[in-house]
Amino acid sequence: MAKHHIEATVNGDAVEFLCETEETLLDVLRDTLHLTGSKEGCASGDCGACSVMLNERLVCSCLVLGCEVGGQKIETIEGMATGETLHPLQQQFLKSAALQCGICTPGFLVASKALLERMPNPTETEVRYWLAGNLCRCTGYDKIVSAVMDTAATMRKG
Amino acid sequence: MRYEAPGSLEGAVALLAGAAGDARVLAGGTDLLVQMRADVVDPELIVDIKKIPETRAVTEEKGGWRIGAAVTGAELKEHARLKKAWPGVVEAANLIGSTQVQGRATLGGNLCNGSPAADSVPALIAAGAVATLAGPQGTRDLPVEDVMLGPRKLALRKGEFVVSFLLPPRLKGSSDAYLRFIPRTEMDIAVVGAGVSLTVDGAGTITAARVGLGAVAARVLLVAEAAQAIIGSRLDEAAQERLSAAARAACRPIDDKRGTTEFRIDVAGVLTRRAALIALDRARTS
Amino acid sequence: MAETMTNGNSQTYVGTRTIRPDGADKVTGRARFGADFNLPGQLIGRVLRSPHPHARIVSIDTSKAEALPGVKAVITRADFADQSSEFIPAGEMMMNYKDVVRNVMAREKALYEGHAVAAVAATSVAIARRALKLIEVKYEVLPHVIDVVEAMQPGAPLLHDDLFTVGVEPKPEKPSNIAKRVEIKQGDVEAGFKKADLVIEREFKTAPVHQGYIEPHAALASVSEDGSTELWCTTQGHFIVRAHCARLLGLDIGKVRVTASEIGGGFGGKTVVYLEPLAIALSKKAKRPVKMVMSREEVFKASGPTSGATVRVKLGVTKDGKFVAAFAELKYQAGAFQGSPVQPGVMCAFAPYDIEHVHVIGYDVVSNRPKVAAYRAPGAPISEYAVESVVDEIAKKLDIDPIDLRMQNAAREGTKAAYGPKFGPVGLEETLNAIKKTEHWNAPLRKWQGRGVASGFWFNIGGETCASLTVNEDGTISLMAGTPDIGGLRASLAAVAADELGVPYDKVRPIIGDTGSVGFNFLTGGSRSAFSGSMAIVEAAKQIKAELCARACKLWEATPDQVEFSGGSVKPLGTLAEKVKPMSVADFAKVAGKTGGPIGGVGRINAQGAGPSFGTHLVDLEVDPETGRVTVLRYTVAQDAGRALHPAYVEGQFQGGAVQGIGWALNEEYIYGDDGKLQNAGFLDYRMPVASDVPMIDAILVEVANPKHPYGVRGVGETPIVPPLGAIANAMEGATGIRFTELPMSPPKVLKALKEKGLSRA
Repeated sequence: MAKHHIEATVNGDAVEFLCETEETLLDVLRDTLHLTGSKEGCASGDCGACSVMLNERLVCSCLVLGCEVGGQKIETIEGMATGETLHPLQQQFLKSAALQCGICTPGFLVASKALLERMPNPTETEVRYWLAGNLCRCTGYDKIVSAVMDTAATMRKG
Repeated sequence: MRYEAPGSLEGAVALLAGAAGDARVLAGGTDLLVQMRADVVDPELIVDIKKIPETRAVTEEKGGWRIGAAVTGAELKEHARLKKAWPGVVEAANLIGSTQVQGRATLGGNLCNGSPAADSVPALIAAGAVATLAGPQGTRDLPVEDVMLGPRKLALRKGEFVVSFLLPPRLKGSSDAYLRFIPRTEMDIAVVGAGVSLTVDGAGTITAARVGLGAVAARVLLVAEAAQAIIGSRLDEAAQERLSAAARAACRPIDDKRGTTEFRIDVAGVLTRRAALIALDRARTS
Repeated sequence: MAETMTNGNSQTYVGTRTIRPDGADKVTGRARFGADFNLPGQLIGRVLRSPHPHARIVSIDTSKAEALPGVKAVITRADFADQSSEFIPAGEMMMNYKDVVRNVMAREKALYEGHAVAAVAATSVAIARRALKLIEVKYEVLPHVIDVVEAMQPGAPLLHDDLFTVGVEPKPEKPSNIAKRVEIKQGDVEAGFKKADLVIEREFKTAPVHQGYIEPHAALASVSEDGSTELWCTTQGHFIVRAHCARLLGLDIGKVRVTASEIGGGFGGKTVVYLEPLAIALSKKAKRPVKMVMSREEVFKASGPTSGATVRVKLGVTKDGKFVAAFAELKYQAGAFQGSPVQPGVMCAFAPYDIEHVHVIGYDVVSNRPKVAAYRAPGAPISEYAVESVVDEIAKKLDIDPIDLRMQNAAREGTKAAYGPKFGPVGLEETLNAIKKTEHWNAPLRKWQGRGVASGFWFNIGGETCASLTVNEDGTISLMAGTPDIGGLRASLAAVAADELGVPYDKVRPIIGDTGSVGFNFLTGGSRSAFSGSMAIVEAAKQIKAELCARACKLWEATPDQVEFSGGSVKPLGTLAEKVKPMSVADFAKVAGKTGGPIGGVGRINAQGAGPSFGTHLVDLEVDPETGRVTVLRYTVAQDAGRALHPAYVEGQFQGGAVQGIGWALNEEYIYGDDGKLQNAGFLDYRMPVASDVPMIDAILVEVANPKHPYGVRGVGETPIVPPLGAIANAMEGATGIRFTELPMSPPKVLKALKEKGLSRA
């Protein structure tokens, strides 16, 4: 059967693409739209490296079909900085050395941004549970959790 | 592989009933996509039910609550009144997977995936939830405990799918709770799941109860003996012991990579007691 | 340490928490990891893998797959020439190309579930998947063996009929699954045990665990008609990949150019080749670029976990706590081919302690599971876990504080390690002291809570390293290293270069060069990349400084004793200072063309003197007596870093290693069915710690300078995974009174033990 013709918004830009039914949103982002910031670590929703926002909800893009997103709004790591200014979370991750290899970092940043938009003053426990779907094998999570808490404090001060 | 996203119940039923090969309903997709990727399923047709208004709404009905089969865990969590009436159901739904999975996973999908370890199902069974199915012969209602027959086996007929769940009206002095055991704090499949719903009178005596147990048999169990063990009690130590014993007695688990038979039975007894204590505490203050 | 450094440069950046130079790319999604490369016209490669744990491959018919439209190449064992048996060192482990060629593509037999049997390249993923289903492999299924002890039994299913145990006398007449026996001996243990007042002997078992990097293996190869080969892949050592691929495919090393992508974690697991030779072979056949990426399931089934093992430890001690004799016997699983890390396991077992009589024996045993690869301090966590458990039991029995007991027996400067060398300055005592001084050590505990302490040791290595510094026209510095940056290496090297040359940190741009851009480098492993890389950078900077001084002499018509390089400039000395002004690196850059041409230096070294790193970990945990669930409450790491070039990334190594160790101790394991198939080949059931499983990991940097390094650096990456297993087991004993001797201490095992002791009401 013919491919699906999909129109959607990615990081504020109108995009259109063709995809097979079985292609996931992650496949489309990486292979068709060449937005490779979202990573495939498991393709089963267990690692969070492919986290994106779909209509303002945090999801694993490996668990969404490309053909499902017609008319919807998608935000990825590539849209997180504004112009030359990194998002406060991106800045703090660098300051806190909250990444080592960096493969999980885009997913953690997208997920952390979603958290702070809902919960500007999270406890350490809330941060840890919110991010439990994002696996990191390098850092032991310590500096990631600190970076998110510190960013929250900075952003509360405005 | 075809993909369709009908906007009406009739449209979905027609597609499902008319499918030549394997047709799968897509709600949140958090199980279906994993199974497709792993080559466990290779459907000819995928019917996305999220565009059907009935599957996406949470509404009050006859004093109870109707929850669309494609409402996500994240949406349930944000529904303050539902959460107040059925904290156990909502907390069970919220235990399915990560924050990311919560953004997609649904009660309908959790039930129809046909896993005995589904987190929301013991809580729905304890709640006395009824599933509303749409099919070629119209709609019909089926208690949740009768929907799943065994691993990956459902009581749905060709062309049928789950549209919504109806939770009954909540009497004063009622509440529920769900606990599950996993080795980590998050991201695992339940090794045991226990849902308890109960009602207490002014004196603190339990007048009604239902107990659902997951991951301890080929299907999620409604354990009437466990409920009987605490009805009429104030959940004192002796009643707790009876409850644990009844829960344990109902278990017919398997040894697998997630837990041993012995472990599952032991933990079922523990979690049922703990869930009942939480539900009781909530009921008293409800 | 400043005074031991070259030419009086100040330490502006070394030892500070600079922003990593590759940081912006990593937080914006711009950084290109293994699977992020694509080439025009590329094909997709996929691997057909054995469904059987042990089977003779009778025949492979690829004709139907080849006939499928869109399939451009199919390869099998027939596409790889056999290799003769020859052992070569591979980091801290040994390898043999006879085995490597069989591991990348099964030949006579499939030796584990997931063993590669064929591969295809096609124009789409869907066609490649369909093609795999069209390959007909005829298997003769053979009995399999998974467990190490079972594999050692006479009559066990035999993996290799030409494998005769090495290291035993007389030489065995029959083949077996025991590849070799190794041992170290010091003193006379029999006599030693006679002097002991207390001897504790225990047996321990550990499960195989996977490195668990989040990025799956990925490779993209492009081979020209003339044999020129380009390869982009995620690896800890692109020079090693080049060597292996050239050897396996009969290519000249000079014709193969390998570019290491950003690497999404490795922990030792990306030191060997899997997809890379297949991608090259497919590309060669198809005459088009071929991209291959493993699924997570393939990563678990076909790439290296580390050994599961059985370890027996016997330790003798006098009543006042002096260790007098130690014996251990280690049986390590190698997977399908020989080469477990049993040798380092043997050497490390008792390394933290000064013991007169030591005897350790190790066995390297093959069985039907994936060939193990290095995993962070390969072999050491297993043997040291067993020893640290016994040390803890001795402390309890003798009623001696466990830190004091370790202190009393600690290896220190001058101690002769049982594996050979005499230690130089080492920091074990300092880490024990640091832990003892924490508030954590004396904090109160409640019922069902326990506290455990354990120490750990790892050698660290140096090795062949090449790095260059180039002074650009505007005075900025290009730094090129050749060891993949797996956790902040570029930040450390840039800080060293900036301090050496006296230029601002952000004027140094470090990159990891491909195999054609920089001289040979051994891989990132053995905790060597910051240690050796910084030594090479110091050497390169030395050349630049000498060159600038020489040019200054020419410009100023001065003699060498009239100039010196300091603070980023060549300074005129004495009376010359009245005539000319100092010239900075940037000043020389402007006039480079007129003063002798491009300015740069290359450090080409075989780094020696890697100082060992000791660490001590402290953990509190709580056990749920009704479910056996363990919650880690609090964790402190103290480790000797020698000198932390970048303290935050050193802390990160401590913290990350501790959490990997927590996973190893509590929940991670390879679970096999009776059918010899792996049952948990995914992140769902291979349970690595998630953020909510662990507390903050307090990191204490201990700095006992390594005198063999210009900045005092020791490798830090591997030691952190050594102590957690023992520390957690010891804390479990504290919480429950039960000595757990099998990892992981997963809830079913814990609850069973509690019930057997009558400690659970479940």
